[in-house]
Amino acid sequence: MENVNEREIDFKLLSELFFTFFKLSPISFGGGFAMIPVLEAEIVYKKKWIEGKQIVDTFVLAQSAPGAIATNSAIFVGYQVAGIPGAIAAMLGMVIPTFIIVIILASLFVFFQTNHYVLAALNGIRPVIVALIASAAYKMSKTSLIDKTCWIICLICVAVLLLCPNINIIVVILSGAFIGITIMKVKKMFSNSVKTE
Amino acid sequence: MSLYIDIFITFFKIGLIGFGGGYAIIPIIESQVNLHQWLDVKQLTDIIAIAAMAPGPIAANSATVIGFKLAGIPGAAIACAGITLPSLLVILILGKLFIKYQEHALVKAIFYGLRATIIGTIVYAAIKFAASNGIIGGSNLIDIKSTLLVLVSFVLLVKTKINPVYLIIAAGFIGILIF
Repeated sequence: MENVNEREIDFKLLSELFFTFFKLSPISFGGGFAMIPVLEAEIVYKKKWIEGKQIVDTFVLAQSAPGAIATNSAIFVGYQVAGIPGAIAAMLGMVIPTFIIVIILASLFVFFQTNHYVLAALNGIRPVIVALIASAAYKMSKTSLIDKTCWIICLICVAVLLLCPNINIIVVILSGAFIGITIMKVKKMFSNSVKTE
Repeated sequence: MSLYIDIFITFFKIGLIGFGGGYAIIPIIESQVNLHQWLDVKQLTDIIAIAAMAPGPIAANSATVIGFKLAGIPGAAIACAGITLPSLLVILILGKLFIKYQEHALVKAIFYGLRATIIGTIVYAAIKFAASNGIIGGSNLIDIKSTLLVLVSFVLLVKTKINPVYLIIAAGFIGILIF
């Protein structure tokens, strides 16, 4: 994958990237993780754009970089296939279909939001949204809260946010990075084995 | 014009800090939307419902609906671009470096702590959304019907592979019947 940026811009390849993700995007219900097997089948086995080993790296990066896993995967696949123009083509292919669908749904909502039945339906739907958020936390905790220290950091974080409603949430999130580094250093002082995964 | 710039900068910031994707970004969106006094939590809950019913990333979809509500289709496009562009920039600039250093102790330590605080913010968001929608902490302390819906949905989401879209649609019909 050397010199990807020095290749001449191949518009045929770019449009293929765009339309591949354009086609995959509307079926990406349920978020990033549901997307992974579909992406792998299309990109690795059908298009043979990148190898199995690279797709693993792609998904690791997609989960670690900020933003949606599906979009991040598309961007990095596009980059590996056709450099920066490829990244942009893949990103647009991924974003445009869902953008249009969301706009249509939002317009319908604006039109019907004062309807008696819609209001009642929303009363039923709001608890599901709370459950969706809570279940996201639960599912992430299974893989990410790997020891007691993690649980303590997480609980302190919840307590701080509840007790200080005006605290800047970005500062709270980023403090996790500093806590992680500090804990690693402290653990290093007491033992040679550092377990962070 | 200044609203457009405000929307772009706000969602760019959200996108830049949105580690974990999906619902991990909701608490950040909530805090920023609250800061700008653009929407209350109840309105945001409805927006997330729309976002969750559409295919695609929940955070980008939510950004699109918020932008749409604030400033029509241009606002939607600006919000969607704002939340998506940081992904592009971070991956193009740091992608190769990250893959090289993903096993490095410092990188692991950073994500070790980050994941814990991110989960904390999601738990907080769940509590805040429950409280702001009158599910808990209202005049009855606990609204029985809504709380049951939360609990049943949670169990279904955690224990089965139910598609959230079907769950939302089913809950809509239940809402029409019981509220």
